[in-house]
Amino acid sequence: MKIVVSVKQVPARDSSLRLNRDGKWLEEADLSFEINEPDAYALEEALQLKEKLGGEVVVVSAGPERTLQTVREALAKGADRAIHVVTEERGAMDVFITAQLLAKAIEPESPDLVLTGLQSDDLGYGQTGVIMAELLGFAHATIVMEVEPQNGSFRVKRELENGWYQYVVLPLPAVLTVQSGIKKLRYATLMGIKKAKTKEVKSIPVSLLGIDAAPRMTIERVYAPRRSKQTQMLSGSPQEMARQLVEKLRFEARVI
Amino acid sequence: MSVIAVLEQADHQWNRLSFEAIEAGRKAAQIQNVPLEAAIFGAGIESLAREAAGYGVSKVWALDHELLQNYTPDGYAAALEQLVKREEPSLILFPHTYQVRDYAPKVAARFGKALASDVVDIRADGSEAIFVRQLFQGKLNADVKLGGPPQFASVQAGAFRSVPVGPAAAPVEQVGVQLEGSAIRSKPETPFRETQRTVDLGAANIIVSVGRGIKEKENISVVEELANVLHAELGASRPICDNGWLPMERQVGSSGQSVSPKLYLAVGISGAIQHLVGMKGAKTIVAINKDENAPIFETADYGIAGDLFEVVPALVEEFKKAQG
Repeated sequence: MKIVVSVKQVPARDSSLRLNRDGKWLEEADLSFEINEPDAYALEEALQLKEKLGGEVVVVSAGPERTLQTVREALAKGADRAIHVVTEERGAMDVFITAQLLAKAIEPESPDLVLTGLQSDDLGYGQTGVIMAELLGFAHATIVMEVEPQNGSFRVKRELENGWYQYVVLPLPAVLTVQSGIKKLRYATLMGIKKAKTKEVKSIPVSLLGIDAAPRMTIERVYAPRRSKQTQMLSGSPQEMARQLVEKLRFEARVI
Repeated sequence: MSVIAVLEQADHQWNRLSFEAIEAGRKAAQIQNVPLEAAIFGAGIESLAREAAGYGVSKVWALDHELLQNYTPDGYAAALEQLVKREEPSLILFPHTYQVRDYAPKVAARFGKALASDVVDIRADGSEAIFVRQLFQGKLNADVKLGGPPQFASVQAGAFRSVPVGPAAAPVEQVGVQLEGSAIRSKPETPFRETQRTVDLGAANIIVSVGRGIKEKENISVVEELANVLHAELGASRPICDNGWLPMERQVGSSGQSVSPKLYLAVGISGAIQHLVGMKGAKTIVAINKDENAPIFETADYGIAGDLFEVVPALVEEFKKAQG
């Protein structure tokens, strides 16, 4: 079983988000970066499938030089080798371009399965996996909670809305987008970190992949959302704020 | 040219977000100065299509085929591709449902396009539509422009208000979808619910919900005490249930329960949209979070930016005092 896991490096969850000078993206100097959380679960699922079925796990990521750090972390957790599509892009990447780059990098690998997170924590388009499947001509399923290998196919559990689920049987090769939380994430061991240094990382510059690089979506402006509600922010010590809140809930909102 | 709002049904029941997509479509159609139409998928959907004709659209396209009875990404994508090729709409607008997330990007990709997903507003720049999307789980907004037609976008639940149905004034037209069973690769089984729910958060008057900010399973008791004092149900955001710190049935949000209590206290919850759609119907919302920029404060009536481990015990004391 050859499994490709596509991961994205995103600004860390608690980063301070300051806009850059043209107001179209963030000031990157302020940011620290980490693996997109749903992608970490896709990687975990891939590693567990490999443990069960044997084979190989190849990590693919598209992004600037700094992305190598995230790729190394994936190798330290147990992926066998990696492909880094090196972009020069500063700012938000166009989702269709990203998906094209990833599909081009994945295609020569002829994988049985491609796993990725269901969406990114930064742009949140939630479609890289589906576009990749279409470009590669693979079947796909999104928001996957469980992956059960069967003879030449996979039976996956998809999450639907409002507490409903559904099993879907898919032929290989297939792309699955993985929901967060489906397995417990492993940590990289010291041995894993050491080994990762010797694992193969193939760097491919974007120019070699020959994609149609016209942007499909342009961000005109990024800004803080306007409050839709008049929020009363309380102030003071914890005790003072608690007292005010109880007072307001009793006599202003009258809900207790 | 037209704007086509794609409606969603399962087992001949509407997904109510369909009508929000129609309203979003109305706005976009005005901006682009083209008629608004609707499209619906399924098998034997005449009566639903006629009902849709009462929502102020100029036409309803029925993509009616036995292979569209059960949703599959291959079937739906092929059917919609045929309509888009035939009608060449300027914009196809979807409700941002889990189903749409599964097939809409596939259709868009066939036209070399991407989907402006999870849009919260549509504005005009002359006759061009600007789509407003959320970034970083709602911490920032972005104005996005799409290229030439066909454009594809999906709208977030609750971002547009649906209007009531009127008399069915618009014609219904069959698309005459061509589909082969062999082209449908995935085999869906019947949807199911995991277990019978024993907790009905939907009926609760007061809910105290806990999120990532609680840090460890052992700390849940801090919030549990607050729930006890208020005789409230305990709810949670997704990561808490994913970690197994509270059972799944206590999850509030798009994949859990939708609630509308009198009072909702969100403790250590940042306010990802998936959570907000499940609780923004609450009458009064209180948010306690250490990050004063957390999106939850956008939705809250009362906000406390502070350390929950100091604020919650203080609240427990004050509520006890208030109850005498």
